[in-house]
Amino acid sequence: MGDAMKIEQICKSFNNDRTRLMDIVRTIQETFGYVPPEHYELIAREANTHRVEVESVVSFYSFLSDRKQGGVVLRLCNDIIDRFKGADAVAEAFEKELGISMGETTPDGLFTLEWTACIGMSDQAPAALANDTVLTHLTPEKVPGILEALRKNPDPQALVAECGDGGNADPLVKAMVQNNICERGEVLLADNDPEAGLRKAMEKTPEEVIADMKESGLRGRGGAGFLAGLKWEFTRNAKGDGKYILCNADEGEPGTFKDRVLLTERADLMIEGMTVAAYCIGAETGIVYLRAEYAYLRALLEEVLNRRRAAGLLGNSICGRDGFNFDIRIQMGAGAYVCGEESSLISSCEGTRGDPGDRPPFPAIAGYKVAPTAVNNVETYCCAARVMDKGPVWFENIGTEHSSGTKMLSICGDCERPGIYELPFGVTVAELLEKVGAENAAAVQIGGPSGQMLDRSQYGRAISFEDLPTGGSIMVFGRQRDLLEVVDAFMEFFVDESCGYCVPCRVGNVLLRNRLERIRNGKGIPEDLAYLEKLGISTRRMSRCGLGQTSPNPILSTLENFRPIYNALVREDRSGLAKSFDVLRAVEPACELTGRRSVIFHA
Amino acid sequence: MSKPKVATTSLAGCFGCHMSLLDIDERILELVELIDFDKSPIDDIKTFSNRCAVGLVEGGCCNEENVHVLQEFRKHCDVLISFGDCATMGGIPAMRNNIPLTECFDEAYRSGLTVYNPDNIVPNDPELPLLLDKVYPAHEVVKMDYFLPGCPPSADTLWAVLTALLTNQPVELPYELLKYD
Amino acid sequence: MAEKLTITIDGVEVQAQPGQTILDAADGAGIYIPRLCAHPDLKPIGSCRVCTVIVDGRPQAACVKPVADGMTIENNTPELLEHRRNLIDMMFVEGNHFCMFCEKSGNCELQALAYRFGISAPQYPFQFPAKDVDASHPDVMLDHNRCIMCARCVRASQELDGKNVFQSIGRGFERKIGVNGERDLADTDMDVKDRAADICPVGCIIKKRVGFEIPVGERKYDHKPIGSEIEEGEYV
Repeated sequence: MGDAMKIEQICKSFNNDRTRLMDIVRTIQETFGYVPPEHYELIAREANTHRVEVESVVSFYSFLSDRKQGGVVLRLCNDIIDRFKGADAVAEAFEKELGISMGETTPDGLFTLEWTACIGMSDQAPAALANDTVLTHLTPEKVPGILEALRKNPDPQALVAECGDGGNADPLVKAMVQNNICERGEVLLADNDPEAGLRKAMEKTPEEVIADMKESGLRGRGGAGFLAGLKWEFTRNAKGDGKYILCNADEGEPGTFKDRVLLTERADLMIEGMTVAAYCIGAETGIVYLRAEYAYLRALLEEVLNRRRAAGLLGNSICGRDGFNFDIRIQMGAGAYVCGEESSLISSCEGTRGDPGDRPPFPAIAGYKVAPTAVNNVETYCCAARVMDKGPVWFENIGTEHSSGTKMLSICGDCERPGIYELPFGVTVAELLEKVGAENAAAVQIGGPSGQMLDRSQYGRAISFEDLPTGGSIMVFGRQRDLLEVVDAFMEFFVDESCGYCVPCRVGNVLLRNRLERIRNGKGIPEDLAYLEKLGISTRRMSRCGLGQTSPNPILSTLENFRPIYNALVREDRSGLAKSFDVLRAVEPACELTGRRSVIFHA
Repeated sequence: MSKPKVATTSLAGCFGCHMSLLDIDERILELVELIDFDKSPIDDIKTFSNRCAVGLVEGGCCNEENVHVLQEFRKHCDVLISFGDCATMGGIPAMRNNIPLTECFDEAYRSGLTVYNPDNIVPNDPELPLLLDKVYPAHEVVKMDYFLPGCPPSADTLWAVLTALLTNQPVELPYELLKYD
Repeated sequence: MAEKLTITIDGVEVQAQPGQTILDAADGAGIYIPRLCAHPDLKPIGSCRVCTVIVDGRPQAACVKPVADGMTIENNTPELLEHRRNLIDMMFVEGNHFCMFCEKSGNCELQALAYRFGISAPQYPFQFPAKDVDASHPDVMLDHNRCIMCARCVRASQELDGKNVFQSIGRGFERKIGVNGERDLADTDMDVKDRAADICPVGCIIKKRVGFEIPVGERKYDHKPIGSEIEEGEYV
């Protein structure tokens, strides 16, 4: 079959629907190893869109490529935890063995080597993806063996000699990933009665379910902390047919991996929660937006959906109730942190680039395909199902006054026991550090790069919406770490992940990072700290979505909490000469070209 | 009391800003009542003879000599003014800033459409200052105190700024005098 | 709708109509909120963020935020003026803006904003990024050096011309305006008469052979700051 015909077939398999462009180009990429630009026109025609829209989508997502990639794409996780655990040495080993640099493809077309943002394996770092297969606990020594095996058998799945625990060993997953569940809380990881939540919800009216949800005080676990019951109520009351339930399984905040474990161990609970939401909102369609990094869990999730359809828990007349119809599809992401932002996630589900949208209108009023849409995080839906089972009072009594329930925390970095801790809200940082074995931590990053870095004096603070909100990422840094290296890595992350839609985020982050680099190189002056502060605040205040509103946090929070580190790096200079200007470096290319040295400056 | 000294220089510029300075016409008589020129192409004084109140810097830095002169200006002047777009943002010379130096050399001396160079000689006399990797706006090399954009800044703009500075008035440009072209 | 709303901008009570944006309501009242990506003929998208105002304590882009009765809005405050100035500076350093030979100079909205804000030089380092010039089209030129990603051309082509000549491609600092053609603008159905050809606030999309037609001294922003027409109540 010719390429054109294959593409036509792929487009047809998605009903030539432009809103499925993400799936179309992802499938084309899987088939051809890239999305061939010479076929953009054809794809556009077949998918009823425009050529430039196809280019727009392909150029937006980091897992999509317009250049032919290797049969095995090796994506090494570059988050700071992986770096501290030796990712750079692993990268070097791959580069050496393959004879290529990061970002390149071997001439034989077998391998492409790339960095990628956090893949949600910080508890078993350094980690990488070989196509969809997760490789954990990498070392430079393992690299030659991995490549040799892949040369013999290009299926990366064959690299998995031993599966991890629980769902990781499911025949549909077969991943070397470990759950690393260190502490089970009573809401999510405790044993639960399957479908009890859904059954009990269906005994009530939708209004009663919403009232329970509101009473429980369940707040969105993705970060913003909006009351889930209120969101559902808005969506229920919004005018419009064909409402949608979206589940955000795009946890991209570096250091977070709690949804990975929920998806592996509590997929049923999550879908049960979505079904409860569908029941009270009156939605017939749900979408789970699964980040590309978790593609290895897709087959498991599809299986769960199929099983539930067969059991009458999804599809038409759910649990025998006439008129209660609800089904779910999985939408794969393609490598874009910003798609964790709900309006970006919706754009992405609609088959376009993941630029965030304007609010208002909020998704509850006009979301996916302009219909009322409830978007919640994996953990939120899981909690919702449990609230229905055990009752709002039970849930409300766990945690703190304004933060009900437990929180799944993914803790990683310089600690003895990295992993998943499900703990009631209100737990202090000091208590956490004791649990994970990191009492001497020099700094703790709460909420990932978009959160804040705490110094020792703040370890008495509590994980909660009212004090230290977090989507779940907690990174621990020991005394041996250069904290500004951490900050630099976080800023690099935001520069890479900014969608570029609005000026402050597109430009501000680049400028912030450049100036930080100058300071780290010892070329900073005290005025540079004020520069960072002002620029950071402008970026925070003027940016359009949550990404830019939080991206300066690594710098702003360390300027506040770790000021002495900065102060030690900057020096006052009264010479009037710009310290950042290095004339010898500036003449270097000319020296090389002319074979001369500077008569003025090479004294 | 001796008059304050003013120094001027044209680095990677076209002397257009200096021409604009001369465009103040008869006001130059008023100006020399107020100041003495020190190092400047206007009086052809090559080295600083005194500490100067004001240094007017035309052009950014495209080579090592520009850097040297600019650093000398910083050492000898109380107030330094980026005078014109080239000093302020690199200007036309900075159009080479994303082209590698080798390509610039090739275009200028070897492969350019109007180049006649049968011996394929690229000038490389030790007297020739080494080019920098890119053209730097003046303030990236030394601290500059004021910026006068414009290509060139108009004579009126210059006059307004100089007289304000020399009479200790705040330097504020009215709307019509702040122009980037 | 006869119903009227009242909002307060910097302490001044302003009448507004339901469905209006803050920007429109302010324009109607002769209050200028600086803006770049907004254009009266296009749907607003809030990408430049220059029109950000503080609405009941929260920053919001005035071009997209609908009015609500009783809103208290800060516009002309030292805090916002500083943030806006910073945004203008960012746009100058992220591209290569050589005003001295740009045909748009004097009529450029970015430049005019900088003039209005009294900016003699941006405070951030120039990035001098490598950008392309697409001169392939017989009548229209696309100089990416000057693009500020306002997407006016994208919207004008879609909303006013019924075409789809432009769209954003790439992301982050590498984001740029792409064209709906094999390689460049000549491969698209762009026409010089398209609204998209003259809606660019800067000199990124310009018509060929008409540059510098208006002499210096008679250009749009030579004498009066941008926004004067709104402040003088001449804006409809």
